[in-house]
Amino acid sequence: MPKITYIEHDGTEHPMEVPVGLTVMQGAVDNSVPGIDADCGGACACATCHVYVDPEWLGKTGTPNEQEASMLSFAAVTESNSRLSCQIEVTSELDGLIVRMPEGQH
Amino acid sequence: MDANVQLDAIAEAAAVPLDQLDIADPRRFADDTIWPFFARLRREAPVHYCADSPYGPYWSLTRYQDILATEIDHASFSSDTSLGGIQIEDQPKALARPSFIRMDPPKHDEQRKVVSPIVAPANLARMETTIRERAGKIIDELPRGEIFDWVDRVSIELTIQMLATLFDYPFENRRQLTYWSDVAVCNVNDPTSPVHSEEERFAELKNMAAAMSKLWNERVNAPPQHDLISMLAHGESTRNMQPNEFMGTLALLIVGGNDTTRNSISGGLHALSQNPDEYRKLRENPALIPNMVSEIIRWQTPVAHMRRTATVDTEIGGKTIRAGEKVVMWYVSGNRDETMIPDADRFIIDRKRPRQHLSFGFGIHRCVGNRLAEMQLRIVWEEILARLPQIEVVSEPERVLSNFLRGIKRMDVRIPA
Ligand code: HEM
Ligand code: FES
Repeated sequence: MPKITYIEHDGTEHPMEVPVGLTVMQGAVDNSVPGIDADCGGACACATCHVYVDPEWLGKTGTPNEQEASMLSFAAVTESNSRLSCQIEVTSELDGLIVRMPEGQH
Repeated sequence: MDANVQLDAIAEAAAVPLDQLDIADPRRFADDTIWPFFARLRREAPVHYCADSPYGPYWSLTRYQDILATEIDHASFSSDTSLGGIQIEDQPKALARPSFIRMDPPKHDEQRKVVSPIVAPANLARMETTIRERAGKIIDELPRGEIFDWVDRVSIELTIQMLATLFDYPFENRRQLTYWSDVAVCNVNDPTSPVHSEEERFAELKNMAAAMSKLWNERVNAPPQHDLISMLAHGESTRNMQPNEFMGTLALLIVGGNDTTRNSISGGLHALSQNPDEYRKLRENPALIPNMVSEIIRWQTPVAHMRRTATVDTEIGGKTIRAGEKVVMWYVSGNRDETMIPDADRFIIDRKRPRQHLSFGFGIHRCVGNRLAEMQLRIVWEEILARLPQIEVVSEPERVLSNFLRGIKRMDVRIPA
């Protein structure tokens, strides 16, 4: 199973094994990793699953589609490597992925 | 609630022919008998057409997933004032008060981005201490051993102090904001409302705009501050707003930040008083507060519906909705949808996934102030639990005659001496 490391805003690391086919958001929620709320359950409609993708991995996680970009544009504290984690599907390619959490989900 | 009234409603809900059901009748919201009607629609006609009502013909969506799908598809379902806006009742065209909640992209997006930094995480953290101090003071000053109105003394006072802070409005005049909020949303046909016609409403809101313009003029020439008026005065896409738009945006922020939170504070206490086991759970474990806050917001659903207007022919749940038709998304029903929320008809403060509710909407219009609202409610309950072992609700809440805002006007309580 691909390993994904979730890093909280305060630096706490949560290395998790996440099955292929789930989303990066589901991997966090299913393992009770704090810092990802995912209020809309993955419908790309709330922006409370916001993460910063480690720059090394940006090539493999792809880019936001139009709906994601529009939701992201309303989120607080976004950066150029911001993504909604419910829109990143876990593949074997993403084994080792590192994502960091923002200061708050909004 | 009167058990007979409740039983009559259940019988009526089962008997009424679906093609004659006008689910928006505000009287059923005021006497809280709406539930069996929504349950029937969710079961038998989740995408329901009402051909004739005081608001004209309209569609009702009552299931969680249909509402979510409609929220996301803002290209097919518009919020724009020119098509009728966001409430089942069209805003009269001549008196329109546009604001970004009643706009589609791209203008909506630009204006929303000006306002949203005020509730960004760092700003919220800065406000927390002030809110906590004020909440503590309000609770300390409550009478003991006598009956008083919780809505007036706690819910209104707390939210209005917060709002005065957000606008940096003269603190001693803060009840003016409550008044304008009531004016902006009240049902003009309700005899107890502060205004009784759309013209009167518009005139009062003009007074609000005048008072705010004064502050605006002071702040536009001063360095930018963290309050909302200063932010709007300095914002690229808001500094040149037309008078109507200025009025609409202020009304949006006043109502958004006021009524909804107020009613969640009242509704939460009512729900706890009706569910003593949950109240006991809470007293034994105050760590449940954040979870409970989400449950209160689901339970109360302070905004009962939002409306959209179809811009193209679209299909939802096998029904064809034509361009130009009115679609009402009943959050208050979606929040009781058993297929999404287990035991949806029960108030459970430690339920799993409490944040899964429709009360803040979803998609590009999702509530800007949702974190602020949650923070306020969390602090209120933390401060209440630290001070008051018991609050007895001694009267049935008096509810607002409205199918848009689920509000509580008055609720008598007593804190044992
Ligand atoms: C429990 C409290 C609250 C509830 C239930 C609530 C509910 C809502 C709902 C249902 C919407 C529309 C969502 C949609 O159309 O999809 C909304 C939008 C909005 N709310 Fe709230 N709200 C609350 C508190 C607040 C607060 C405290 C503020 C003040 C900062 C606020 C400001 C706004 C604004 C500005 C919008 C318009 C957003 C847009 O159109 O992009 N709300 N709210
Ligand atoms: S979970 Fe709502 S946008 Fe990702």
